[in-house]
Amino acid sequence: MSRLDAKYLIVFLITLVLVAGEARYNILGGYDRLAIALGTCLATEVLLSWWLRGRVANIASAYITGISLALLLKPQANILWPFALGAFLAIGSKYVLIYRGRHLWNPSNFAIALLLLVAADSVAVLSHQWGNDLRINLVIWAFGLAVASRAGVLHVTLTYVISFLVLAVVRNAMVGGPLLAELAPITGPMYQLFVFFMVTDPRTTVSTRRGRIVVVAIVALVETVIRLAGDFQLALLRPLYPSPPLLALAIVGPIAMWWDLRRQAQAGAAPN
Amino acid sequence: MLQSSWRRVVVTAVFAAGIAGVVALNHRAVGSVADGGGEAIRLSEVAHQSGIEFVHRPATLDAKLAHIAPHVAALGACVSIVDVNNDNWPDLYFTTSRFGVPNALYINQRDGTFRDVAAEAGVAALNRPGDGVSMGAVWGDYDNDGFEDLFVYKWGYPQLLHNLGNGRFEDATAPSGLRRWMNSNGAVWLDFDRDGLLDLYITGYFRSDIDFWHLSTTRIMQHSWDFASNGGKNLLFKNVGNGRFEDVTDAMGVGSTRWTLAAAAADFNDDGWPDLYLANDYGPEELFLNRAGRRFELARAGLEDDSKSGMAVAVGDVYNRGRHDVFVTNISERGFLFQGNNLRINFLKELGRFDEIATGVVADAGWAWGAQFGDLNNDGLLDLVVTNGFISADTGRDYWYAMSKIAGAQGNIFEDAKNWPPIGSASLSGYERSRVLMNTGTGGSEGFVDVAEAAGVTDRLDGRSVAMADLFNRGVLDVVIANQKGRALLYRNAGNPGHWVEFKLIGTRSNRSAIGADVTVAFGGVRQRQVVDGGMGFCSQNDRRLHFGLGDQRLGRVTIRWPSGKEQVLDGLAADRLHVITEPR
Repeated sequence: MSRLDAKYLIVFLITLVLVAGEARYNILGGYDRLAIALGTCLATEVLLSWWLRGRVANIASAYITGISLALLLKPQANILWPFALGAFLAIGSKYVLIYRGRHLWNPSNFAIALLLLVAADSVAVLSHQWGNDLRINLVIWAFGLAVASRAGVLHVTLTYVISFLVLAVVRNAMVGGPLLAELAPITGPMYQLFVFFMVTDPRTTVSTRRGRIVVVAIVALVETVIRLAGDFQLALLRPLYPSPPLLALAIVGPIAMWWDLRRQAQAGAAPN
Repeated sequence: MLQSSWRRVVVTAVFAAGIAGVVALNHRAVGSVADGGGEAIRLSEVAHQSGIEFVHRPATLDAKLAHIAPHVAALGACVSIVDVNNDNWPDLYFTTSRFGVPNALYINQRDGTFRDVAAEAGVAALNRPGDGVSMGAVWGDYDNDGFEDLFVYKWGYPQLLHNLGNGRFEDATAPSGLRRWMNSNGAVWLDFDRDGLLDLYITGYFRSDIDFWHLSTTRIMQHSWDFASNGGKNLLFKNVGNGRFEDVTDAMGVGSTRWTLAAAAADFNDDGWPDLYLANDYGPEELFLNRAGRRFELARAGLEDDSKSGMAVAVGDVYNRGRHDVFVTNISERGFLFQGNNLRINFLKELGRFDEIATGVVADAGWAWGAQFGDLNNDGLLDLVVTNGFISADTGRDYWYAMSKIAGAQGNIFEDAKNWPPIGSASLSGYERSRVLMNTGTGGSEGFVDVAEAAGVTDRLDGRSVAMADLFNRGVLDVVIANQKGRALLYRNAGNPGHWVEFKLIGTRSNRSAIGADVTVAFGGVRQRQVVDGGMGFCSQNDRRLHFGLGDQRLGRVTIRWPSGKEQVLDGLAADRLHVITEPR
């Protein structure tokens, strides 16, 4: 399967999440949010790709980013600027924060992490859940796993999920309380968006299968560090508590990309 | 190559400007807090000097809930204002929530002090094993005998206490038909069918099959944080006379199970019949429009798409348009959750809906609970007082992160209380300061300025209930706040030079308390409308005397629409005094 085809499968999946979430749970909180995030992402992608690279880029990636932001950003009431600026910065990061011609952050992950860290008075991340309806959960997981498999990133998704589950048990052993409380987060829509659209982004994952597995396991590990900091009330990491997985990826992802690109460059320059 | 480089520089500069824009707009989103501009409102806390020593005690629940007891038992500190002895001086009733601890009825001594007479009156010892604990109270003269009666809603059996007019009350619950176990946190008196008898709407929070002291299951929590419908059922009781009430909930279509925390009744759509507005926890607000007293219809009024954690309903005419606008409190916590309070401007007649306009300090008042409108500076504009703070405990420990683990999860998990992380000694949006939002009358909700600190409101107790009255008959509104696990506060208004007028209404064809009466006062080219409430805010009730600030304007025409439907127009009334008006027969 080509990378292009995989992207369209992911486009289908995120559209499914959007439609199911909005129809059943009004997950957007207003169509103006979707229009602004999606419109800004698409416009920014078209404009910057044409202006900087002389050709209009495929907008599938911007579409995924726009919907992700519309779903994941939950700002203070009636504030729309996070959708506009978040969308611009997400796509802009693909053209500005680059190393050896590749961008380092998943665009929506970068924008959300930035907003959570510097605009915490205005922006929170999705806290909705799929109610108590298991069917919605199962449909999203089933389609998600199928699409991840077809797109060749199932190993990334599964590695993260397994790591999360194992580390949840470890955390529970360390902090006590009900085990289900540690396992609970992964049953929510925020995690589904995370495991199917962010950690698997082929443009911001390292080049080797083994490397991707290691990196995503490290993401889960850093997330656990943040979560334990939350449990043990480590004030220094408080800005990271609201969304441990997204911020763990924002920390680990670009470092891994930078290291991978540098390693590739060194390997290419080395004499045979 | 050179062209490409400068283009990249331009894009990088715009990108950096975008980040700077985020920082700047985030700072602006916090809203306007006055650092000295609150001179127009001056309040001083005088509870102790006034003889009010009431301290709320929370309920102690079944040991199965011990790990989250501070969270579940975080309700019950409530205040309602009433002239219980018809001396034209407002009195205060506070509820507490622990077995064996008395509620308090403070009688106004007319000299700036109050005296607790609850025990003598027979309205103190209401928190008893087997009967449940108090969660709030509303006053209304259900038998039209000229004395305000007391309804106490509970986690347990509610109680109707008949005012005998001699300083004592008798328990009229059993013969009234109201003795039904509920886990209720709100009730309002209203005359929904305009028959001159006050009916009663009681809201259900937790399911009514739950006995918090003998739990048979721990699956008692909401099954969704956003669209929960597994709460207690709200009940509407029709007053059929002779002290009896009949359950007409299903016939009238108002049996919501959406975890209602507060309700208010007013004629929102100007058809002459009182409607019901509900603030629901874990779900959207609901407006039930009264169809000529025959049934209620759930309105599509722009409320259904907005799912939050409604705590209180305050009704006020925010921009002097002669309409009942609505303020509903919700939760905001930096980084974690921005539900934002709702300030809904009433456009039901024009557009069939409310417009939600809250921003800045109006939207974000922390974990907000009770709220009331009132013109604290007599400038002719309704200001807003908001109490807040959920659990103030260990300042070094915060439950928000722990709660966030389950907040986005599958509903079946957190519906069971045993799956909740233990709260221990942690705080949860604790030590938040109350808000006093002064209405400057300019554009949108940005016209409200937070003047709390400058006005002298500096407490950081866990406020639940707020009510307003001109407690000392001086022509200014004072503010009473009931705090969870804390002492009650009385903020005495220092006064101001603005003109004012007050009305005490006595119904004849209508219910004698005149609950539901609409009064519209014209002054300075505008008209302000207020309603006599039978319960408003969160577990609170304002004095049923209505207070209007007039600023430096002359008092114009006063129009009263009585609950019976009769309209009365009064011209030439004097300002700066209380008018006692009896409904023409």
